Amino acid sequence: MEFSRLEINRRTALLTSAAIAANVLNPLRAFAAETPRKGGVFNVHYGAEQRQLNPSLQASTGVYIIGGKIQEPLVDLDAAGNPVGVLAESWESSPDGKTITFRLRQGVTWHDGKPFTSDDVAFTALNMWKKILNYGSTLQLFLTAVDTPDPHTAVFRYERPMPLNLLLRALPDLGYISAKHIYETGDIRQNPANLAPVGTGPFKFNKYERGQYIIADRNENYWRPNAPYLDRIVWRVITDRAAAAAQLEAGELHYSPFSGLTISDMARLGKDKRFVVSTKGNEGNARTNTIEFNFRRKELADIKVRRAIAHAINVPFFIENFLGDFAKLGTGPIPSTSTDFYPGANTPQYPYDKAKANALLDEAGFKREAGGNRFALRLLPAPWGEDISLWATFIQQSLSDVGIQVEIVRNDGGGFLKQVYSDHAFDLATGWHQYRNDPAVSTTVWYRSGQPAGAPWTNQWGWEAPAIDKIIDDAATEIDPVKRKALYADFVTRANTELPIWMPIEQIFVTVISAKARNHSNTPRWGSSTWHDLWLAE
Amino acid sequence: MRILSLAGRRLAASIPTLFLILIGVFLLLQFAPGDTVDAMMAQMGGGDAATARTLRKFYGLDLSVPVQLGNYLWRLVRLDLGYSAIYGKPVTTVILERLPPTILLMTASLSFAFFAGLVLGVIAARGVNKWPDTLISTVGLIFYATPSFWFGLMAIMVFSIYLQWLPAGGFEDIGATQSGLGRTLDIARHLVLPTLTLGLIFLAIYLRIMRASMLEVLNLDFVRTARAKGLDETRVVIRHVLRNALLPMVTLIGLQAGTMLGGSVVVESVFSLPGLGRLAYESVVQRDLNTLLGIVFVSALLVIAVNFLVDLLYARLDPRISAEG
Repeated sequence: MEFSRLEINRRTALLTSAAIAANVLNPLRAFAAETPRKGGVFNVHYGAEQRQLNPSLQASTGVYIIGGKIQEPLVDLDAAGNPVGVLAESWESSPDGKTITFRLRQGVTWHDGKPFTSDDVAFTALNMWKKILNYGSTLQLFLTAVDTPDPHTAVFRYERPMPLNLLLRALPDLGYISAKHIYETGDIRQNPANLAPVGTGPFKFNKYERGQYIIADRNENYWRPNAPYLDRIVWRVITDRAAAAAQLEAGELHYSPFSGLTISDMARLGKDKRFVVSTKGNEGNARTNTIEFNFRRKELADIKVRRAIAHAINVPFFIENFLGDFAKLGTGPIPSTSTDFYPGANTPQYPYDKAKANALLDEAGFKREAGGNRFALRLLPAPWGEDISLWATFIQQSLSDVGIQVEIVRNDGGGFLKQVYSDHAFDLATGWHQYRNDPAVSTTVWYRSGQPAGAPWTNQWGWEAPAIDKIIDDAATEIDPVKRKALYADFVTRANTELPIWMPIEQIFVTVISAKARNHSNTPRWGSSTWHDLWLAE
Repeated sequence: MRILSLAGRRLAASIPTLFLILIGVFLLLQFAPGDTVDAMMAQMGGGDAATARTLRKFYGLDLSVPVQLGNYLWRLVRLDLGYSAIYGKPVTTVILERLPPTILLMTASLSFAFFAGLVLGVIAARGVNKWPDTLISTVGLIFYATPSFWFGLMAIMVFSIYLQWLPAGGFEDIGATQSGLGRTLDIARHLVLPTLTLGLIFLAIYLRIMRASMLEVLNLDFVRTARAKGLDETRVVIRHVLRNALLPMVTLIGLQAGTMLGGSVVVESVFSLPGLGRLAYESVVQRDLNTLLGIVFVSALLVIAVNFLVDLLYARLDPRISAEG
């Protein structure tokens, strides 16, 4: 098994990139001449069933991939990555940043025929985003009220200034609207609509057979003219990645989103003319691989040791030989895809330098013992993807070269979160940091101190830096975009200097889609978007 | 009447075992780090500590372990399997939905393995150490040694991708509104590959047991008597040898009915079938205690039932074993 992964060497990676380029370019050229075809059933690979299909209640790609076709957000991102109205038509902020007004689209109806109004927006914002939605509850912490002067205006009132560009970049993920008349009675968490969503989107929920499939059909009354093209979308539950690749080849699936296949299958299908394999359309779902340090270990509390560990690992070699084209060298917590905030690579970096790593460890006072060892660490890899597993093994071998023995302790998802973020029973942990288009959404929580134990993907390292905390807090309420960008550049420089977490690899999810699909991957969060313009060629 | 009292006694003897198993599984899952809320957070990709507290309360996880266990057993006594955390439905409903595909797959592959194993075992024993025996034994060994996920994927490659004869996965055609015979045929088409994949491994065991048991019985005195009586070889084999040689096979069915339920996780995943094995796996990963215990409960009932049938079969096959025990 391990050897088959190793086969993706540089050469395969290069071939794959050529194939990807060819595949992506040809259909694009063809677009101009083709007239969209109405009809057809689009079959989607659905890897892990969720407890929830309503994106106003759970922010995750596993929900957007289905709920994002049925329900719609206020705003989404356009092809260039700029906010574009969906259920909202325009917006403005008051000079003090405490009042943000949305003008809503008129003539939109829910799938059950009732009109969409500002009451729905107010209800969703106050009862779902603020109280239940993950990341939404943090984003809307200072939201005090939503006024509805008329059915097509929603006025968000904040206790502290809310930067408009933060809200607009967060809302594509955290701004889905649910119908008030469906949810106003009873417990929101137990509402039957959570698994049979009612929305305003281009597709209407039809049927959910647990463990098998979900079906949504064309919404004949969709507000965009002549949309959607597809008759039906079917999400097929396939938990085995190799089986999903086989079903793509057998023509039973059209699309496997969010790196749903094994790395070797993605590389293989990339050379097949029947498929397009690309990271395009996933720029809004960037992530970085991490190494998280537990400062409760005295060795790791020493900054020299953390830097030595970073210098000891040959990241470019790992990327080239294991991840191929699907990853690139990371430079810190804000990935290069985030054009609005990326500070460049001129922040402190830790290139591979074994001699320097050894010298730093000696300097820190952890000399090699008789057997050549300095000390031993427990590394907990997250079970989210095969790249993490490979990366953990690579860390283990690299650190063993500089005299640090690493024991890898594997857990499933629940076990990993509990041990790392609740019990702090780790020395090193590695997983993904998900970047959600603005650092204030899900990035700075990795660094801000004072996070209660049990909050996953937050600063649980036993590390605190008041100067960094201050920058994080200031940036979250800074309404001048230029000043905000400067604050985040300062934040990255300091974070990379202190190195409580190291984020040396940048990845974007990989899409595998049938070459017959048209108008796909045309926005930065396409897999999550509504697919109103997607169509299938004969 | 005798059968009924035997059934009653059997059931009475199984109840304490059942409770011990359930308590064991309950405690075992407490040792696994993380609970269903952690698993849910993992799925959501984030959440704050306050949300986690509300959710723990919602799922009744804020209570102490003995109280949770006590509540569970008390509900069980009233035949209430509780509420599934991942499915948001009563566990009984969730399991009943998954039971038909599992039982279909299990009976189909067990019957396939049993009958094919029986026939091949007899052929091998008749031609012991000659080429049919060598061929059958070698092929059996290969089947036994091959992992089932590989078999499944290869079968999909050949029959679904290249030949395009059979579907690559799923339980039935989606959206097809067939009923009656059409639907039955559709489901049967979907089950061919999984049945073969799951059956082949068991086939190897059955054929080896059958062969060994045939060889043993063939050397017994009463077989010599039957031959001396002038019976032809076919009658000797069918009337005298086969019936006696079947006993170990029947024992094996009873034992494997349980294995098959758990062993189908892999096959269900490869062929995307909505069965109990996958449900159990998912409940472990999601730490959905109620669902998992419910599955253990139902599986245990199934195994008890199958073993009871096996006991009855024993008595039919060998009158020396009476149902009185």
